[in-house]
Amino acid sequence: MQAFEYIDAKTVSEAVALLDEKGDKARILAGGTDLIVQAREGRRELDWMIDIKSIPDVNVLDFDSDTGLTLGAAVPCYKIYADDAICNAYPGLVDATKIIGGTAIQGRAGVGGNLCNASPAADCIPPLIVLNATCAIVGPNGQREISVEDFCTGPGQTALGQGEILVSLKIPTPQQNSSSYYLRFIPRNEMDIAVVGAGASVVLDADKQRIVSARIALGAVAPTPLFAGEASALLTDKEISDDAIDEAAQAAQAIARPISDMRGTAEQRTHLVGVLTRRALNGAIQRVKDTA
Amino acid sequence: MAEKKEYKVIGTRPIRHDGVDKVTGRAIYGGDFQITGLLHGRVLRSPHAHARIVSIDTSRAEAHPGVKGVVTAQDLPTAADKMADLGEGAVNLKYLCDNILASDKALYKGHAIAAVAATNPHIAEEACELIEVEYELLPPVLEVRQAMEPDAPILHDNLRTSSLGETGDKPSNVASHFQHKKGDIDKGFDEADIIIEREFVTGTVHQGYIEPHNATALYNPDGQLTVWCSTQGAFTVREQLAEILQYPISKIKVVPLEIGGGFGGKINVYVKPLAALLAKKTGKPVKVLMNRADVFEGTGPTPASYITIKMGATNDGKITAAQTSLFFEAGAYPGSPVGAGAMCVFAPYNIENAQIDGYDIVVNKPKTAPYRAPGATNAAFGTETVVDEIAEKLNIDPLEIRLMNGAKEGDRRADGPVYPRIGFIETLEAAKEHPHYGSPNGKKYHGRGIASGFWFNIGLESSVTINVNPDGTVNLVEGSTDIGGTRASIAMQAAEVLGISAESVNPTVVDTNSIGYTAVTGGSRTTYATGYAAYEAAQDVVKQMKERAAKLWDVDEDNIQFADGEFSSINGKEEQISFKDLSARLGETGGPVIGRATMNPAGAGGAFATHVVDVEVDVDTGKVEILRYTATQDAGKAIHPSYVEGQIQGGVVQGIGWALNEEYIYNDDGAMTNASFLDYRMPTCLDLPMIDAVIVEVPNPGHPYGVRGVGEVPIIPPPAAIANAIYDAVGIRMTELPMSPDRLLKAMGKI
Repeated sequence: MQAFEYIDAKTVSEAVALLDEKGDKARILAGGTDLIVQAREGRRELDWMIDIKSIPDVNVLDFDSDTGLTLGAAVPCYKIYADDAICNAYPGLVDATKIIGGTAIQGRAGVGGNLCNASPAADCIPPLIVLNATCAIVGPNGQREISVEDFCTGPGQTALGQGEILVSLKIPTPQQNSSSYYLRFIPRNEMDIAVVGAGASVVLDADKQRIVSARIALGAVAPTPLFAGEASALLTDKEISDDAIDEAAQAAQAIARPISDMRGTAEQRTHLVGVLTRRALNGAIQRVKDTA
Repeated sequence: MAEKKEYKVIGTRPIRHDGVDKVTGRAIYGGDFQITGLLHGRVLRSPHAHARIVSIDTSRAEAHPGVKGVVTAQDLPTAADKMADLGEGAVNLKYLCDNILASDKALYKGHAIAAVAATNPHIAEEACELIEVEYELLPPVLEVRQAMEPDAPILHDNLRTSSLGETGDKPSNVASHFQHKKGDIDKGFDEADIIIEREFVTGTVHQGYIEPHNATALYNPDGQLTVWCSTQGAFTVREQLAEILQYPISKIKVVPLEIGGGFGGKINVYVKPLAALLAKKTGKPVKVLMNRADVFEGTGPTPASYITIKMGATNDGKITAAQTSLFFEAGAYPGSPVGAGAMCVFAPYNIENAQIDGYDIVVNKPKTAPYRAPGATNAAFGTETVVDEIAEKLNIDPLEIRLMNGAKEGDRRADGPVYPRIGFIETLEAAKEHPHYGSPNGKKYHGRGIASGFWFNIGLESSVTINVNPDGTVNLVEGSTDIGGTRASIAMQAAEVLGISAESVNPTVVDTNSIGYTAVTGGSRTTYATGYAAYEAAQDVVKQMKERAAKLWDVDEDNIQFADGEFSSINGKEEQISFKDLSARLGETGGPVIGRATMNPAGAGGAFATHVVDVEVDVDTGKVEILRYTATQDAGKAIHPSYVEGQIQGGVVQGIGWALNEEYIYNDDGAMTNASFLDYRMPTCLDLPMIDAVIVEVPNPGHPYGVRGVGEVPIIPPPAAIANAIYDAVGIRMTELPMSPDRLLKAMGKI
C-alpha cells in the first residue's frame, strides 16, 4: 500500500477546498469500507484521504413526517436500522442497510459512501432510486441537488464534479398506503455481492387492491444501477395481479444489459431480474397490506 | 486385536491443551513472529497463465531505496543450465525448483518469478513493480480434455506420457496413465441387467485455510539455516529445503509455529525457500507472507477432473461390474492425486469385476496439492451418483443397495488390498437407524440424498519422547503439527497408559532438532501413528518406572505390577506407590525418566462414512439450501469424541462448499477471476444447518486402542449426497461441480 496523507476535515467548506486543491489524488473518507480496501490492494492511487466524519452536516440523521428524511453522507448503516421511525417509513432502504457487510462493517459503512463508490451492484442505490431520493451536493461553486438515479455515470463514476462532495441524501415522506422492498440474489446467505439486486416501491389505493403507482430499480445488470421507468409505468393504476407483476418484470428484464463475470452469467442475471422484480414488488405490496 | 473395553481417559472430552492460547490470542502464528533486524519479502508473480520468460531485469528494484536483495531462479543452485546432464530424478527436481521460482517458463498466473527483501513490506511491494520481465506469451490450456488434444499447447517440451510401463515418443501433457484390473470386466457387464454410464466434471477447489502461507528465515554466519513457519510437517519442510537449496539437512532447523489450517495445502513449500534465499542474500532474517490472492493463485488447489463411470447390476441389485476413467488435472507439474482417487473410487463396494484407468494431466493452473482425502471426493461424486441412479432404476432403497454390496472384512479392493476388519456396513446401519432417515421427506422441491465414502488412511513415521516431572505430570514431546486437536488426542493416549489425567500430560510440538523424524500431519495419520508412538513411549516410561519401584523396594522388577496409576509389589513384599509419588522419587532412584518411541505402524485402518442430507431447491433462482445433515462415520475408537465430531463437521462443510459454490473461475486468458474469499464462495455459518455427527466405533485391529484416522473421509460423500438430494427434489441429475445456481438453472431449463 502506498503512503498517503490523512486529513481530518472539520467543515464542509474545508473538505471542499481540500478536495478542489488536491484533485484526482484525493478521496473522501467516510466509512472507509471500500476506500481503505481499494487503497490497500493498490486498486486506487491516492495521496490524500480527507476524512469527513468530524463534519456535523454529514452526520445528520433526521426524519420528519412532513419533510422526509435527511440522511448525512457519513451516517453508518447501523444508525439507520436502529431507528424505528425510519424502519417504518423506508423499509426498502433498511433492507439494504442490513445486508451490506456484517455487523461490524455496518458500524462504519454508510449509504452515502455506498452511493459514492458507485458500484453497479451497490445494495443501497436501487432502494434510494425507488424512494425518489435526491443528493445534496456542495462544491466550489456552491450547492446543487440531483436525483439519485442520475448520480452514477459508470462503474465507480459519479456526477460529482471537481471539488464536489455529497453532503446528504434527502428522501421524501412516503405517501399513504405505500411501502418499499429491496432484495438481492447471492449464492450464499452472506458475504457476497449482489449477482442481481432489485428494489421496488408501491403506492396502493385505499382498499389495497390496486396499484396507484410503482417504482422499480435494478442493480448489477448494467454499468450503473437502473431505474426501470417503463416497467414501473406499466403498473400505474393497475389491479394487483400476477399478470400485471409478470408484465412489469418482463419489462424490467428488457432493460437489463448484464455482463458475465465471476459473480454470475449474463443469462442468469437477466433471468434473475424477472424473479427478483416479482419478489420485490410482491414484498412491497405485502408490506402495505400488513400495515394496519 | 483391540477389544472394546473401559477406559479412564480415552473417550472423554477434556479441554484441549492449546485451547487457552488460542482463545486468548496468545498462540504465535507465522504472521506474529518477530526477530531483530527483520526484513520483509514480497514475491513478483506472473500475470500470464503460459509464457516463456525471455528476460528478467531486477536492476531498478535493487536500486530502490530500502531494498536489500532480489532473487530469481538464477539464485537457486539448480538453475536450469545445470540440469542438462542429470538423470530422471533431475526432471522432478527441476519441477520442484521451477515451482518455487520459474526459470524458463511461467506456467500459471501467480507463478513466482522473483522475490524482493526490503526494510518494510510496502517497499518490497513497490520494488516488485520495478522488476522488468519480458514474456513471450503462449496459449494456455486449462482443462484436461483440451490438454489431451493432439494440437494442445504443450507445457513441458520434455514430458512424455508414461503409460502402463511404456514411455511415449512425443511431448504430451499427459504425464502418466495407470490401470487397476480385477476379475473380468466384460463378463461382469454381461451379467448385468442394467448398466448406467455417466460422465462427471468437477471444478478446481482450494483448501481455504484461514492463515496464508508464511515463513521467516535466518542464515547464521556458521551456515546454520533456521526457518520459522506454518507447516503440516516440519521435517518435510526440512527435506524440501535441502533439495531445493541443495543444502545439508543437518544445517537446517525448521521451527513449526502455530498453524491456522492446512487440510493438505501446507505440505508443499512455496515461500519458505524464498525466505531462505533472501536471508542468505541479505544476511538478515527475512519474513515472507502471502496475501489471500497469492494463496489462491500461487499455491496448490485440489484438481478439477473429468470422470467417466460405468456400472452394471442385476435386477436384484447386485453390482456386477464397475469401470472408470479418471482424468485429473495435475496443475503445472505432474503429480495429481489421481492415484488416491483410483484407490477410493469403488472402495465401499465388493465388486467382482472392475477396471480403473487413471490419467495425470498437466494444465496451466497452480501445481495441485493434497486436500483432505485428495482425489477421493472427485471419484466418489461419480460412483455415488451412479449407485443412486441404479437404486432408483431398480426401485431399491439407496441404503439397501449399499448394504447389499458393501465391502466387508476379507473383500478385495479393485486396486489390490484385502480389507481387514472395517466398518462400512456399520455406518450404513447407523444411518438407517438415525431418526433423520425415517423422518418425512415429501415437500415440494425438498429432497433427500445419501452417499458414502472411503479413505484408506496412512501410518508413516512418528516419534515421541515423554519426560517425567517430579510432580507426577509428564512433558510429551512430539513432531506432529496439531491441526485438529491432536495435542489432546495424543496426550490422552499417553495418559491412559500412565494412569494419569489428560491434564497431567503437557504436549509440545517441537522443531526438527528436538525430536526424532516425524512425517507430516496428513493422511489422517496423526492420532493413529503419533498416538501409537505416544502409547509406546508411555509403555517405555512404565517399564522404567517399574525398575525404579523395584529399586525403591529392593525387589525383583518382575514383581512390580502397574495398574490404574499405581505401582505395586507382588510376591510377598506388600508395597504400593502411585505414579505421582514415584515421580517425586526419581532423583533418589537413578535420575530422570525419559520414555521414547519411534514408530512406522503398518496397520492404519481404512475409514468409511455414510451421509444423509435434506435440501430445498429454489427453482426460480437455482439456489440450494441445506436443511438437515447427518454424517455417520467409523472412527475405530474416538479418543476425544468432540474433536472427532469437529473433524466430521468440518469435512462436511468443506464438502458442501465443493458441492455448491466453490470453484476457480477463469477468464479466456487463463487468469483466475475470483481469487478472494468474497468471490471464492466457501460456505459461511449462515449457509449450514447443525451437522449431526454420528460416531460409529469398529476398532482398528492395527492400533492398541482401535484408532482409525477420521479427518479426511467426511469430505468425500457431500457432493454426491447433495446431487442425489437435488435429484430427489427436482428430478435433475447434476453431473458437474459445483452445482451452483446458474448451473442448476441451466439444468432445469430456466435459462
